[in-house]
Amino acid sequence: MSITGAELARPFSSRRRLFAHADRSALLRWTTLALLLCFWEAGARIAGNAGLIAPPTSVARALITQVLSDADVRGALFSAVLEISAAYALAVSGGLAIGLAVGWTRFGRNSMFPIILLFYAIPQAVLLPLFTLGFGIGPAAKIAFGCSHGIFPVIVNTVAGMRNINPLYVSAARAMGASRRDIIRNVIMPHMVGSFFAGLRLAMTMTLLGVILAELYVSTGGIGFYTRQFADNFDPAPLFALVLALAMIAIAMNALVRFAERRYTRWKD
Amino acid sequence: MSGARAVQLLFAILAVGLWYFATETGAVSPLFLPAPNDVAAALIGLVRTDEFWSAIRVTLTTIATAYALAVITGVLTGYALTRSRLLTRAFEPLVSGAFAIPITLFFPLFILFFGIGPESKLAYGAVYGFFPVALNTVAGFANVDRRLVDAARSMGIGPAGILRHVLFPAAFPVILTGLRIGFFICFASVLGGEAISSASGIGHNIALAAELFEPAQMYAWIVCVVIAALALNGAVSAIDRRFHET
Repeated sequence: MSITGAELARPFSSRRRLFAHADRSALLRWTTLALLLCFWEAGARIAGNAGLIAPPTSVARALITQVLSDADVRGALFSAVLEISAAYALAVSGGLAIGLAVGWTRFGRNSMFPIILLFYAIPQAVLLPLFTLGFGIGPAAKIAFGCSHGIFPVIVNTVAGMRNINPLYVSAARAMGASRRDIIRNVIMPHMVGSFFAGLRLAMTMTLLGVILAELYVSTGGIGFYTRQFADNFDPAPLFALVLALAMIAIAMNALVRFAERRYTRWKD
Repeated sequence: MSGARAVQLLFAILAVGLWYFATETGAVSPLFLPAPNDVAAALIGLVRTDEFWSAIRVTLTTIATAYALAVITGVLTGYALTRSRLLTRAFEPLVSGAFAIPITLFFPLFILFFGIGPESKLAYGAVYGFFPVALNTVAGFANVDRRLVDAARSMGIGPAGILRHVLFPAAFPVILTGLRIGFFICFASVLGGEAISSASGIGHNIALAAELFEPAQMYAWIVCVVIAALALNGAVSAIDRRFHET
């Protein structure tokens, strides 16, 4: 009896307590981060090796004076953004098509899905030289490599989303005269949206990984060239700043996917 | 299921057949895709060299050390972060937010700090593997039913006993998932790091063979990695199945 009483009592007081909790945890989070930054700044200035580590203030300065103001570095960052977008678009459309084709029938899921999972298990980083052999050292190799990373989570999550569908819904729709296209659009798509968006989120992380791996591997141009140049000169401030710029791009790309997810899954709750 | 098996077999035969056909007719440049028998010959030649075994040793040692570090730090961090609600709420978003950024971005910094020897790949693999382990440990411990803990406590079990008999068994399946993901991330990132910038190891040899335009050699190395990955995958799913049966 006392358990029920406690549960009934909770909603009343919990709202205020939840806010207090959220405030305190955010405070703790940001204070810790600020302290870490201060510690980094002080440590780098007092005891750090200037060839290896740069304090945050120098990184911020280098971000403005050496990275964002340099048209060539800006161009490299911009082409990375384009490569990520193109690779992601290809991964999502290709992954959705393959996922739908494989996941459509039980036979497809039983026969082809294990093969796809087998390919997914191969660490693709070792295929990187193959991609530059096949696609050259330009943007094409980076797009292809990013796409090959991003496509697997889309396929796997599309198939997983279709697997759990209640066959009754499909037969009901068919009985009411729905065509194959109607079924995809109005039964299957809404059902798999949660799993699909989880795949899209993971696909963005993987695409970023693939494109950046390829960018770093090819050191004759683009971001890989500048990271190598800054590192070889033992000039950590612009290197940190370039990494910071890329991290911000990654965060923005992830946020974009999350925004789309919130927008298109709002009807669910 | 036998129909599915037949399709899988057909797929494998078709893939190998296509490989033969493409290289025999010269439809694909041998620089990009050498003939299967050339790759097999290169692989046999490779296995006989000492360099092969020393590269394997370097890579395996790096992966094993990186993974051990990732597991120890990840589980300890994950456990520490679930000791209070406040800690979990304050720091779990930081860890999961950091994991959404590809750690590969920071690879040049690892090279800067640790040089191009195995140490940089070790650190890189350990950091990359840390996140899934820590996040799943947090998820595992944070979602343990409070009533189980309260019940154990009311029966007079001390904190160590609660950890051993309640918290750990309840959180273990989720932690195990993290350990598995962490392992494959560790494996892939060490090999990837070796391919990008290294002086030894399997990844280095793949990149080197590509630079020297020795595709048969490169494919032979890739075949080794693929076999290793598939074997590891099989072993891990066997462990998984066994765990779920009991």
